[in-house]
Order: sequence, then structure tokens, then C-alpha cells
Amino acid sequence: MIAEAGHLALIFALLMAALQAVFPLAGATLGMPAWVGVARPAARAQSLFLLIAFGCLVQSFVDNDFSVLYVAEHSNSALPLFYRIAATWGAHEGSVLLWATILGLWAGAVSLFSRGLSEVFVARVLGVLGLVSVGILLFILFTSNPFERLLPAPLDGRDLNPLLQDFGLAVHPPMLYMGYVGMAVPFSFAIAALLSGSLDIAWARWSRPWTLVAWAFLTLGITLGSWWAYYELGWGGWWFWDPVENASFMPWLMATALIHSLAVTEKRGAFKAWTVLLAIFAFSLSLLGMFLVRSGILVSVHAFANDPERGLFILIFLGLVIGGSLLLYALRAPTVKDHARFHWFSRESLLLLNNVLLVIACASVLLGTLYPLVLDALGLGKISVGPPYFGSVFTPLTAPLFLLAGIGPLVAWRQGNPSRLWRQVRWLIPLSIVAAVVLTVLWFDIGQIATVAGLSCAFWLATTSLLPLWQRFRHRKGLGGLRQPLGYYGMTLAHFGLAVFLVGVTVSNHFSIEKTVRLETGESATLGGYTFLFEGVREIEGPNYTAREGLFTVSDGDRITARLRPQKRFYPVQRNVMTEAAIDPSLARDIYVALGESLEGDAWSVRLYVKPAIRWIWLGGLLMMTGGFLAAADRRYRLTVKDETIVTTPA
Amino acid sequence: MTPRQRRMVWVSLIVVGVSIATFLALAAFQKNLLYFYTPSQIASGEAPTGYAFRVGGLVENGSVKRDPGSLAVRFTLTDGAARVTVFYDDILPDLFREGQGIIAIGQLQPDGLFKASQVLAKHDENYMPPEVADALKKSGKMPPVDEFKGEAR
Repeated sequence: MIAEAGHLALIFALLMAALQAVFPLAGATLGMPAWVGVARPAARAQSLFLLIAFGCLVQSFVDNDFSVLYVAEHSNSALPLFYRIAATWGAHEGSVLLWATILGLWAGAVSLFSRGLSEVFVARVLGVLGLVSVGILLFILFTSNPFERLLPAPLDGRDLNPLLQDFGLAVHPPMLYMGYVGMAVPFSFAIAALLSGSLDIAWARWSRPWTLVAWAFLTLGITLGSWWAYYELGWGGWWFWDPVENASFMPWLMATALIHSLAVTEKRGAFKAWTVLLAIFAFSLSLLGMFLVRSGILVSVHAFANDPERGLFILIFLGLVIGGSLLLYALRAPTVKDHARFHWFSRESLLLLNNVLLVIACASVLLGTLYPLVLDALGLGKISVGPPYFGSVFTPLTAPLFLLAGIGPLVAWRQGNPSRLWRQVRWLIPLSIVAAVVLTVLWFDIGQIATVAGLSCAFWLATTSLLPLWQRFRHRKGLGGLRQPLGYYGMTLAHFGLAVFLVGVTVSNHFSIEKTVRLETGESATLGGYTFLFEGVREIEGPNYTAREGLFTVSDGDRITARLRPQKRFYPVQRNVMTEAAIDPSLARDIYVALGESLEGDAWSVRLYVKPAIRWIWLGGLLMMTGGFLAAADRRYRLTVKDETIVTTPA
Repeated sequence: MTPRQRRMVWVSLIVVGVSIATFLALAAFQKNLLYFYTPSQIASGEAPTGYAFRVGGLVENGSVKRDPGSLAVRFTLTDGAARVTVFYDDILPDLFREGQGIIAIGQLQPDGLFKASQVLAKHDENYMPPEVADALKKSGKMPPVDEFKGEAR
């Protein structure tokens, strides 16, 4: 019954989405207020039905209803409740339903928190969101229905992939999807603005907080994914340039460009058409990501064996969305006039440079991700593009971004003053370099050019982003000078987070050490000044697995640093073996031990890692996310239309 | 700046940026493309020595031989028509087992031994890397797919 209820709710959601798309869009064009009024209630009803459908699927998992094919394929009665709930989005059908549900929630949120906007504009935004919903819901109902029955029902399910039986599954996909799908909101704002033909500044102000929130979620989702991959996959890496990771990273790069370009459009009225284009690209890349992951054409940890019908559907959908919005853009954008003028040395110019670099960086990732697929599709051979490609292209493209992010906020709009900037920052240049050299020499003995360069960039970015606050504190006599809008603090925090991230990347990339050893019980190995004593392996029993658990005593001289218990788990349902690494985390360094294989006798192959500063990578990501949320909470986005007329009309 | 000048700055920035990026990308592509060869292609001498590439196939039953006292291991990969011996001196992935479809990345030695620097196996028993599936289809040795029978196995 529950599954049928869920199926029915999905169909109702589709109907609501169709209402939400057709009437408001038509009403806005034809000038019919009654039709325009359909937008908000339809959007709310759609999110309600989607929540019901999603709840039904969760309930089917909780109830171990194996007569539902999707549950039977991805759950098992021995699976702990927590993972059964997370298993809802552990495979294709459920994760597309999660996608649709989150899209519904975003539409519902727009309908609730847009009271300041004109009814017609909201109708257009919700109408576009409704169109996207229709596409996704048709996709679910025709190719990926999670409520399909399996009769007669099996006695037990085939279990969730052991790799996914982890806390990471509970948090990473929902947060990532919040970001991915959230890109639909600025996209809809952009399309609505194109439809209404008035790309005014108000449009940019309205879509900014939404874009910031979606960006912050995307940042969080990617950060969580990186952390999960690090501890779960047992290779000790935090980013693999895997095509699916790239699929989430490309929208992030585009969204980052978008939030910067929106700032220019809102504050200065420049780059209007460009901003619209970025919003279209950001969402198109989100959809492209969905196509790459869901069509099964990728070889990666995320790949599922999938049927080609789904890939074709998404490809057509992708073509309609991109083609339609670019066509609209081509028709409407030429009429948009930028009147704002600015000097070559101004904040506008620097943000332009930021945009160009981010878009090119994104294009380079796109090339590396799609090139093998295109070549394969044309029958020109099977190739893959390894991480070194991304490393050697991406690093030189992003290095100027780190330098620019520091000075951008110090340069005035319209016309900056180069000599003033020079006076402000000149002492920070030697300071950053000296600090980087000192740190490298003190902590890591060796002076490597790449490390010094990376750390110098990080210090530069950290100090320049905090500089304005420090100056205000000094010149305006104390804390009163620190009264700045939240948006300002958001930006500062995000840039500072980028510096923290860069420290993590630089230090952990260059000074991580690892060793693969063969150890018998009682033997020990040393790595990075730590001694790893292998005290043997014991059998333990988990809720739905059995495991052999090694005990390693890690000591630093006479002092015991940590006792680590890495596991080798065996999941009987899928007959899968899983490595569960053991980590002793700290801000200074991670000690990471993973069991390899059981060799002859009581010997094991073991992987040992000491990874300095790796936590800083995710700490930086979290700071950036916080910055995004802070900026979105800025007061001025909460001004309603009425307030605005009061503000902008001089008495 | 007038809009016209600004457009010129735009265009030149993009042109410069794109050319730098293209240059970097092509230079990196040259060095980092990994081609895929099947054991049959290696047997017929199509695969290069001294270049890293990927090879995929099924791990032949009974072919895994470990070197006692170290981590080194040797096994045979087959696509049904030909086979290649792979040497690997590191920890094999959890899902590596005989009969499983895997991909190895490494270099072919002049004596015909494939020295792998990385071995990839997937966390899904039924999942086969598409390249391996293609290779097996070509040689007509594709094993039957295990259909879901409605019972836990």
C-alpha cells in the first residue's frame, strides 16, 4: 500500500508541476492575474506531494518491504536502521527521487520567501522551476520508478553496497544535491528575467542570496564527499579527479564565477548578460553531471550498471534545457545594454579576470572529463585522462586566482588606485614569502619551491583578506570599526577559508608519507618518526558483517600516540570484502592505517600513512561554506519591494 | 571605459586565457593520455612498450601467484582469446579475485610481462568495466549475467 501511495503522490506531484509550469508562465505572458496566482499554491502542493512520495520510499526501507523491487535490490533485513534510511538514496531510482524532492523543496522555498518580489516575476521563476520538475518527474515515472513492485516478494533483500554503509552516505548526497539542484533557482531567475525582457539590477539582487545558499550547500557537499572518500576508500587520497567528482566540481567553479559576477551586476549594473549566461551554464553543468553519473557511461567508483534508455532521456532533457535557454538568451541578450563604465584597474576588472579564470579552469576540467567519452563514442579508441593532466593544467590556472582573491576586495569599484593598493599590501609580500620559507624549514626540514610558493599564496590570501578589518579596527578606534554588513564578513571568511584550504593542499600533497609493508604479529614498522607496532588480528562480529580487526600501537619515541584498529570486513549478503581504515586525526597530522591482504601465516600487508595538515582541506571547505551562508543572511537581501522604493526614492 | 573598449578587453582576455589553457591542456594531454588495450591486442603486438597504458580482462582462475615474504604478486588476465601476465608489487584491491573483471594500469616490458602500477576492481560483483565487457564480447567469451532471481544469494 505504501509503495502505491508513494507512486500516486509522484503522479500528483507531476500534475502539480505541470500546473506550476503552464498557468503561471502563460498568465505572466498574457497578463492574467488569476493564472499568475496559481504559481505559489502549485509549487507548495508539488513539494508536499514530493515529500509524501519520498517519505513513502523511506518507510518502505524502514519496513523492509522487499516486495518493492528497489528496496529488495538495495536493502537487507540485517542492515541497521540508520543505513536503511540512508539506503533510500543509495542507488539510482532513490537518488533521482531525492533530486526531484529537493527541487520541489527549493521551489517551495522560493514560493515562501519571495514576498518582496512582484507576482509576475515570481510566477515566471516558479514556472521555469515547474518545467524542470516536469522533466525530472517524467524521467522518474517512465524510466526509474522506485516504487515498482517485485512479486512474489523475496525473503530478503540483496543489501546495500558495503561501501555505502557509512555515515557519509547519510550526509554527502543530500547536501551535494541541495547544491546541485539549488543551481536551478538562479537559472530560473535568469530565465524569468530573460522572459520578462527586463534584466534590471533588482533581478541580480533577488537571485544573489539563493545563489549563495546553493553555492554554500554545494561547497559542503563536495567537502563531505572528499572527506568520505578519504577515510572510506582506504587509499588516503582526498581528490581523485574521478569523472564524477569533476561532475560536481564543474558546477561549483561555474557557481563561484556566478556569485562574483552577480555582485558586479547588483552593485554596478555591469556584466548583465554575462551573469545570465553563467547562471545558465551552472545549471546546465549540474544536469550534465547528472547525465554523466546516471547514464552509466563512466568508469568510476560512482558508476552503476545502467540501462541506456535513461541516459538517452537525460541527454534529450539536457539538450532541451541548454538549447532552449541559449536560444532565449540569443534572442533577448542583444537588447541588454550595459551602461556602467569602469577603469581597467577597478574591482569590476578584477572580478572579470576572476570570471575568465574560473570559466577557463572549468572548461579544462570539462575537456579532460568529456574527451575520453567523445573519443570512445566516435570509435577512435579508449583512453582515459589521469590526475596528472588535471594537476598540470589546473594548478597554473588557479594560482592567479589565489593572488587576485586577496587584492580584489581592496580595490575600489569603478576606478581603483594602484599606488594606494601598493602602499597597503607592499609589506605583506615579503612577509608571506618569509613566513612560508620559515614554516617549511621549521616543520618539514626541506625547502621545496612548490611548497614555498603554495604557502606564500596562502599567507598572502589570509593576510590580505583580513587586512581591511585590521585597518578599520586601527583607524576607527576599536570595535566600532568592525561593524560591517554580514555580506562583507561572509566574503572575508570564504577567502580566508580558501587560504586554509590551500595550506592543507600544499602541505599534505608535498609532505604526506606512506609505506606499504608486510608485517607479522609483533613486528613493527616506522614512518615519519612514528613506530607502528602490529599486535595481531582478532575476529569481531558486526551487525551485518564479520571482521578481522588489527591492533596497531603507534608511538612517538616512548609516548604512545594512538591505538588504531583498522578492519577488514566481510559482508556475507553481497559476499563483499571492505577495508575500514583507522585514523588518528588532528589538525597537525593524520595517522592512517589500512589493512591490505592476509598473507601466509599471520602476516598481513599493511598500508601506513602520515598526512600532515590534511584536515585543513576540509576545514577550509567548511569555512567557505559558512562564508556563503553568512553572506546570504545579509540584511539587505531581506528588504521588500516597499522598503526598496523608500530607500531608492530620495525624499 | 566605453562599452566598446570593454568588449575589446574582454575579448583579448578571453583569447589570451583560452590560448594559455589550450597550450597547457594539449601539453598535459600528450603526457597523460592512457590508452586501453585488450590482451588480444597485446598478443598481436599492437600495444607499445615503454608507455603506460591500461589493460583489462578477467583474472584467470588459478593464475594468482604470490611471492612469499614480500607483497609481489603475479596473475594472468584474459579476454578469452589471449592472455597477458601481470606483475604487481602492492596491495590488491578488496574486490580482486579470480574470475573477476579488472583493469590494470602500467607498462608492458619487452619480455611481454605487464608491470602494473595500479590495479582497479569495482565494488559491485556484477559490475564489469565497460572496456572489459567490450573486449569479452569481441572474443565471444562474455560470461552470462547473473539475473536477479528474487532471492538473496
